[in-house]
This record gives sequence, structure tokens and C-alpha cells, in this order.
Amino acid sequence: MTNSRTMRILQAAASMLVLAAVWQIFSLFFPHFLFPPVPEILSRTVNILITGSLLADVLLTAARIFGGLFSAFILGSLLAMVIGQSKTAENFIAPVLTFFQGIPALSWVVFAIIWFHGTEFRVLFIMVMTTLPAFTFQILDAFRSMSKDLFEMTMAFRPSRWTLFRFLIVPTIVPGILTAWKVNLGNAARVVVVAELVGATGGVGYELLRQQQLFNMAGAMAWTLQLVLFVLVVQQTINAIETWALRYRAVSERLM
Amino acid sequence: MRNMSSADPVIRFTDVSKTFRRPDGRGDFVAVDKLSFEIGKGEIVAVLGKTGCGKSTMFNIVAGLIEPSFGETRVIGHDPFHEFNFFRGKIGIVFQNDRLMPWRSALDNVRLGLQILDRDHKQAEETARAWLKRLGLSGHENDYPHALSGGMRQRVSIARAFAVDPEILLCDEPFSALDEMTARDLRAEFVRLVRQNNKTAVFITHQINEAMEIGDRVMVFHRPARIAYETRLGAATTEADRRKAYEDIIRVLSVEQAPD
Repeated sequence: MTNSRTMRILQAAASMLVLAAVWQIFSLFFPHFLFPPVPEILSRTVNILITGSLLADVLLTAARIFGGLFSAFILGSLLAMVIGQSKTAENFIAPVLTFFQGIPALSWVVFAIIWFHGTEFRVLFIMVMTTLPAFTFQILDAFRSMSKDLFEMTMAFRPSRWTLFRFLIVPTIVPGILTAWKVNLGNAARVVVVAELVGATGGVGYELLRQQQLFNMAGAMAWTLQLVLFVLVVQQTINAIETWALRYRAVSERLM
Repeated sequence: MRNMSSADPVIRFTDVSKTFRRPDGRGDFVAVDKLSFEIGKGEIVAVLGKTGCGKSTMFNIVAGLIEPSFGETRVIGHDPFHEFNFFRGKIGIVFQNDRLMPWRSALDNVRLGLQILDRDHKQAEETARAWLKRLGLSGHENDYPHALSGGMRQRVSIARAFAVDPEILLCDEPFSALDEMTARDLRAEFVRLVRQNNKTAVFITHQINEAMEIGDRVMVFHRPARIAYETRLGAATTEADRRKAYEDIIRVLSVEQAPD
């Protein structure tokens, strides 16, 4: 681990500790149902992770996030390929996606509740509709950023379409795909909570609603931290994949 | 399509023209105008001309990357644009910039063409290593392009073009981005490799000395890609003839050319 990376981790930990310290100070002056002490929040957080039935809710939310993101990613990739190859397709599809992008997540939740019966399909529908436009446009942009020079060089060897895809297109769009995942992950985590809050039984969002009904701030914080931790873990995983996948890139010493 | 005899030209342009639509709506721009020439097997032809005279457009037509607007193009007896896949493994190209894939090591960049052509994996690696060694890059097989100097990257791109053992080599100002010493070494290396492997080569340059050093024949283009002057240079060419050819080329290049 380099010195600069260690320093960044220590600085991040220090800022979190300051935040926790400020919260703890508030808990000394306000009622515990408004500002529960930090040890109580941590205790409840750990309890969720070690209690099977409660951990199941966290895993259910995680599964819904991944299910929605993967579905949107696959569908978005297909749409991006179609749009990338046809101006006519772009003229028809892009305005629809832009329109969808303007619809708030809560509206999709209401639509899903009115249109569909099954909880899981509702959540999947909401996740896909809120992340599909971003995935499509980001993958399309990544595809269009492909170097014309590299394309001509590769075409000089007369590759098949599959070979061109494998050797040039995929490596070109990988950075864009990883960025799209990082951006959409945060968005998906927020949307799934709203979807579960309103239209699901089980999951972090459902548990947050329960804590709100019980006026239990420590519980609400603990369940919120589950989601935050999940997003942090997945984002760090994506960062690690990105570091490995883009290891060929030169980095200025000034940036280290 | 008739079978080619050994006397047939490898590259033949017959009244080839190419026009591009101007993006600003000012009509069409003529990049190549009724260009005709022939290049025989084993010839190294240097194409010289000012910037914007249509050399690169001619180059792209030979490579099959763009379609001529009029005229007939034949490379090894076939149309390079419409019979695009016929030329798999037959044409090697060295571009002005190295165009190395940044995510591939030097070895993998040299292997690229061999992989596209579905050559045996082990043999492809051996061939790629051998070409890197011939070009003085042993020990750099696993380096990514960003870790190589400009000259080294261009050597990798030359190795990549030669590795597929093409019949024809097309080079578009491949040494223009390098310093004179590096370019001089690579020019000598390039000519040696072309002759040793009996390739036909078209070499585009805007430097007169480079054209006369490399080419058996020098064609000087005027805008829009018309042959304004042509000369043959061989081992028998005297120093006086070379000087005269140099002066003729300077004179031809100095002539006012058609505006855009």
C-alpha cells in the first residue's frame, strides 16, 4: 500500500470519526429518540448483520439492486448497439429514453403499483426504468469514443464482426461501462429503498418504514448504514476491477 | 476474374477520382482527380507531395478503407473496397502514428494481426517475438505502449505490419513524427526488411530526401492527386542524375497548385 493511499484512508477514517463525534455530542443534548448514541447505532448495525432473519432483508435488497442493474445493463447495451448502428433507430429511441430520464423515481413506483401485482416484478420494473436511460447513453458514448485511428488500423486486417467486437470494441468501452456502473449503483440504491418503502414486503426500505412507524431512530440509522456499507463495498470492488482492467494506463507522477 | 500473370501490376489505378462532400455546404471537394498508375511486384514506390495533395486519400483507396468516386482500382487483380475480405493477410499498413492498442503489450500488439487471421496461437507468439527481436525490441515484449518511446512504438507498428507476412506494404509517412536519427535508422531497417522479404511497398512522404532514399520510383503528386512528375532511381542511377531528379522535384513542388 503506497503512502499516499494510506494517507487517504486515514483521512477518510478521520473525517468519519469527526462525524461520529459530532453526532455523539448531539446525543448528549437531545433526546435519544432524536439522536441515539453512536454505540447504540453500531450495536444495532452489527446485530442486523449477525441475525439471519435480518441479514436476509439486507441480502434481499442487494439482490434487487443487482437484478435491476444487470437487467438495465444488458438491455441498455443492446439498445446502445442498435442506436450505434442506425441513425433511424437513434432518432426513434433516444427521445423516448430522454423522456423516461425525466420521470422521477417515485412516479415509476406509483406506475408499478398500479400496473403490476407481484412485488419483485414491481421492484425490477422500477429499477430498470430508472437506470436504463443512463446505462444506454453512457455505453453509447463509450462506443462513440472509440478511436477512428484504432478502428482503421484494426480494419486493415479485415477482422470478422465478432473479432472486431472482442479485440477493439470491448476494450474501448470497458472504462465507460465501469463508470456507468459506479454512477448507477448509487442511484439504484436510493431508488430501491423508495420502491421497497412504498411497494414491498421485506428489504431495507421496508425495514426503514417499520423503524419510522416505531419512531426508532437508532434502527433507522442502522438499516441506513446497511445500505451505505453495501454501496461502499460494491463501489470498492468496482474500483479494484477498474484498477486491474485499466492497469495499462500511464499515470502522471503528479497524480500519485 | 482472370488469373494474374507474374507481369501483371500488383497495384493499378485507372482514372481514379475521389470527391468528398464539404461539411460546410460549399459543394464537393476533389481529393483525387483521374489518377492512373501501375506498381509492379517487388517495387518500392515513394509518393511525394505537399500536405493536402491527396496522397493519404490515394493510400486509403489502395487499402480499401474508402471507395473511389470514379475509375477502377485493382490490387492483386481485385477491388480493395468491394472485395474487402479477399485482402485478409495480404496488406500490411504502417500509419503515420503508431496506432498501438494501449491496453495491449508490445508483444500482443504485434500478435494482433495474427490473432485476427486465426493463426496458431503458439506460432503467432513465436512470430511476434521474432519480429520484435529483428527490430531491436527484445526485452520489451511485456511493456505497454505508454512505457515505450516514440521510436520504439513505431518499431512495434512496423513489426505488426510485417508479422502477417503481407504481399503489399502501405506506409503513410511512418517516420514523420520521429527525430531524424531515429527516422534514419528505421528507414534503413524498413528498406532492408522490404527487400529481404520481397514485398511490394507504397511509401508516402512529404520529404524529398526520404523519398529518394527509399523509393525505386518516386511519384510527385500535385493537388488533387495527379502525377506531376515521376522518376526511377536504382543502383545504377548516377549521383548527377540523382541531383537532377532532386532539382526537378523541387521545381515541380514549387509550382502553384489548384486551390481547394
